[in-house]
Amino acid sequence: MFDNFPLWPSRASATAGNVDALFIFLLIVSGLMTLLVFTAVIYFAARYRHRKGVLAEQIQGSTPLEVTWSIIPLGVFLVIFTWGAVVYFKSRTPPRDATEVYVVAKQWMWKLEHAEGQREINSLHVPVGRDVKLIMTSQDVIHSFFVPAFRTKQDVLPGRYTVAWFHATKAGTYHLFCAEYCGTAHSGMIGDIVVMEPAQYEAWMSGGSNGPLSTTGEKIFAELGCVTCHRTDTQGRGPNLQGLFGKPVLLQDGRTVPADENYLRESILDPGAKIVNGFKPVMPTFQGLVSEEQVNALVAYVKSMSQPGATGAKSASNGSPEQSGSQVQ
Amino acid sequence: MSMAIANAIVQPVEREDYLNKEHGIGSWLFTTDHKRIALLYLISITIFFFIGGFFALLIRLELLTPAGDLVQADTYNKLFTQHGMVMVFFFLIPSIPAVLGNFLVPMMIGAKDLAFPRVNLLSWYLYIIGAIMMLHCMLTGGVDTGWTFYTPFSTAFTNTKIVEAGLAIFVAGFSSILTGLNFVVTIHRMRAPGMTWSRLPLFIWAHYATSVIQILGTPVIAITIVLVAAERALHLGIFDPRLGGDPLLFQHLFWFYSHPAVYIMILPSMGIISEIIACFSRKRIFGYHFVALSSMAIAVFGFIVWAHHMFVAGISLYAALVFSLLSYSVAVPSAVKVFNWTATLYKGSIHYDAPMLYAFGFLGLFTIGGLTGLFLAALGIDVHVTDTYFVVAHFHYIMVGGALMAYLGGMHFWWPKISGRLYPEGWARLAALIVFIGFNLTFFPQFILGYVGMPRRYYQYPAEFQVLNVLSTAGATVLGVGYLLPMIYFLWSMRYGKRAPDNPWQAAGLEWKTQSPPTTFNFEEEPVVTWEAYNYDEIDAGQKQEVKVVG
Repeated sequence: MFDNFPLWPSRASATAGNVDALFIFLLIVSGLMTLLVFTAVIYFAARYRHRKGVLAEQIQGSTPLEVTWSIIPLGVFLVIFTWGAVVYFKSRTPPRDATEVYVVAKQWMWKLEHAEGQREINSLHVPVGRDVKLIMTSQDVIHSFFVPAFRTKQDVLPGRYTVAWFHATKAGTYHLFCAEYCGTAHSGMIGDIVVMEPAQYEAWMSGGSNGPLSTTGEKIFAELGCVTCHRTDTQGRGPNLQGLFGKPVLLQDGRTVPADENYLRESILDPGAKIVNGFKPVMPTFQGLVSEEQVNALVAYVKSMSQPGATGAKSASNGSPEQSGSQVQ
Repeated sequence: MSMAIANAIVQPVEREDYLNKEHGIGSWLFTTDHKRIALLYLISITIFFFIGGFFALLIRLELLTPAGDLVQADTYNKLFTQHGMVMVFFFLIPSIPAVLGNFLVPMMIGAKDLAFPRVNLLSWYLYIIGAIMMLHCMLTGGVDTGWTFYTPFSTAFTNTKIVEAGLAIFVAGFSSILTGLNFVVTIHRMRAPGMTWSRLPLFIWAHYATSVIQILGTPVIAITIVLVAAERALHLGIFDPRLGGDPLLFQHLFWFYSHPAVYIMILPSMGIISEIIACFSRKRIFGYHFVALSSMAIAVFGFIVWAHHMFVAGISLYAALVFSLLSYSVAVPSAVKVFNWTATLYKGSIHYDAPMLYAFGFLGLFTIGGLTGLFLAALGIDVHVTDTYFVVAHFHYIMVGGALMAYLGGMHFWWPKISGRLYPEGWARLAALIVFIGFNLTFFPQFILGYVGMPRRYYQYPAEFQVLNVLSTAGATVLGVGYLLPMIYFLWSMRYGKRAPDNPWQAAGLEWKTQSPPTTFNFEEEPVVTWEAYNYDEIDAGQKQEVKVVG
């Protein structure tokens, strides 16, 4: 019966239970507060209704009472705040070894590309029981990746990456909505999140791939000639990218920034923005020359150079910012 | 001849008042009387309320079925955009301050007029210029960005009339600033002798706090609009990342005004509720100083919570943490007000006249609206419910259930003073009940709809959301009737209503110590205040004695 009249969304991710627990707590707290206020108002209104000859009793107020009903709600609010913050931090911090999916939003569709190379439009297949990290950007306006069953939502912005993650717990097909108004067909920018049992998922994954995204990225890296400056064997005109991802980078202006996805993205599209210490701003911009999908592939490739066992193993011994910075030179 | 004599006997001699002192359209369009300007505003915002309401009706009709079948998608997008822009900028923000505030602020403090009567008239003209621009914009194509104008959609993608709508809001914004400025100066400089700060009606405190927000906040939205227009027309890179701008910068600037703007709408309504509850409980407001100061606290804290609209927008985790915590700081003074109003009822002598029914309605709806704000300020919950119908329901509970309910309560309470006529009490109570029921039926299902996951601004939606949408549309129809009724019987009463005595409610407050309707300069002579605010004990004790003498 409730298929056509749901009063509660499906609960299909690890986060969903946490959000629901806090939501139920809030329903109880606010239910009690509502009950308190409504009962008092209705009782007073009835009990002290106007009677002929009976005058109101003037009461000026009471500072102890004011303090009490400021402090107690404040205490309750702080509990809600803390609980909400804990749920938020958990739901916003992707685990390190999560499977990665690159998402490109545009008016009005979702383009998704698995790190393994599978591409999808308006649907995303994921397995039960695995952490999935979404690295998202938009080709045009702001969109928002919203999966009610996962209690996950993250705006998707043009010109930068935003990140979301989830851990699906229940097989099924769930709504993917665009939650940030994006123009004419905003309400048509919807898709399906298909959560599969691991075995089925492996079967699904085995078909239709052009090879891993990082391999695609490696090809683009060569085609665009990146490899002529960003050399791995000897010092080139650009920084050596091996082992770069996730490390702090010392810049020419003295700042140190982490080499995350957004840093890599910016360095491809706007290379002058952050010059690595010891290098000249000689790299041309690739803005307009590469598509969002190609940027994603390049980022995936640079990231793959830092994975243990990959070609970037040499850098593993360099840990501190200074060392890392000089190593990048 | 005999006819003339008969007329003279039947018709009592008309007292001169602000309505009948001068006649003709020019006497209205060039008036500097704050009461006449209030009526000019009343007529203008009522027109815009029904325009905005008409858009709302079309929105609800479209959402009756999951498929998009009544209007085109682009039309729907314009409908909700223009519903928001009209209701926020041309109805709610001017509603209480520019109508009831304009009418009452000078009278309540014992002044002849506002400090700058001509500026007051100018502010109405600015409003009208903005309003005409907005009407022109809507009639010649309209806007489809949502009232939030998020970039880069608004600056680089939509081909609708952004610049024109923005300029309309820009101009109307100056009307709001001037009204706020006028109130602040008036309240500081023109209080009657003996009207100390702690004797001010809470309505005045609420308007003072509102004015501070209007003066400090509105310039920010004005400059934001200019930046949007500059990027759109001149391609300056401010918000569009392709031009080197930052789309989140827009959201910060927009909400820096638009969050406090919610308090421009709700603070004056809190002032009205304090007046009504005191009068119809025949009591001084419980904790006067706390209620007064909580208005100021809300005005101040309201400026430091804006990024709670942006928890999933891509701001840092730590910024989100700070803004979530600060958001709860606004909740405390709001809760304090609700508790004080409730405590005022205790041992009162409570009358159930229509204004009080609206005040009860306000208490119920504002409590629900405020408590659901706690959900939205909780980071973990907000991720799920932001940009869904949960938010739509929440802010309608505050802005319609709260602000509009109080506005209607205030209109009933002061109608005898404004028009010199009594409205039909039975109809008014019925309308209050219809509005309350219709409102809850419209917006309560939207909380559920939002938690289940229906995003806002959806022209079509998955079929499982239909039942709740049908309930909501049904409620909207009831609500529409509830809003039409007062307009009809207020108009009716202007001609057929009983003449109002000077103080039909036996209410405290200087505005009741003048005739109904008041003369142009409000008081025969400058009043001298020797009593505390809400001295209902003295008023009622005096009455009792009179009765005794008669008996």
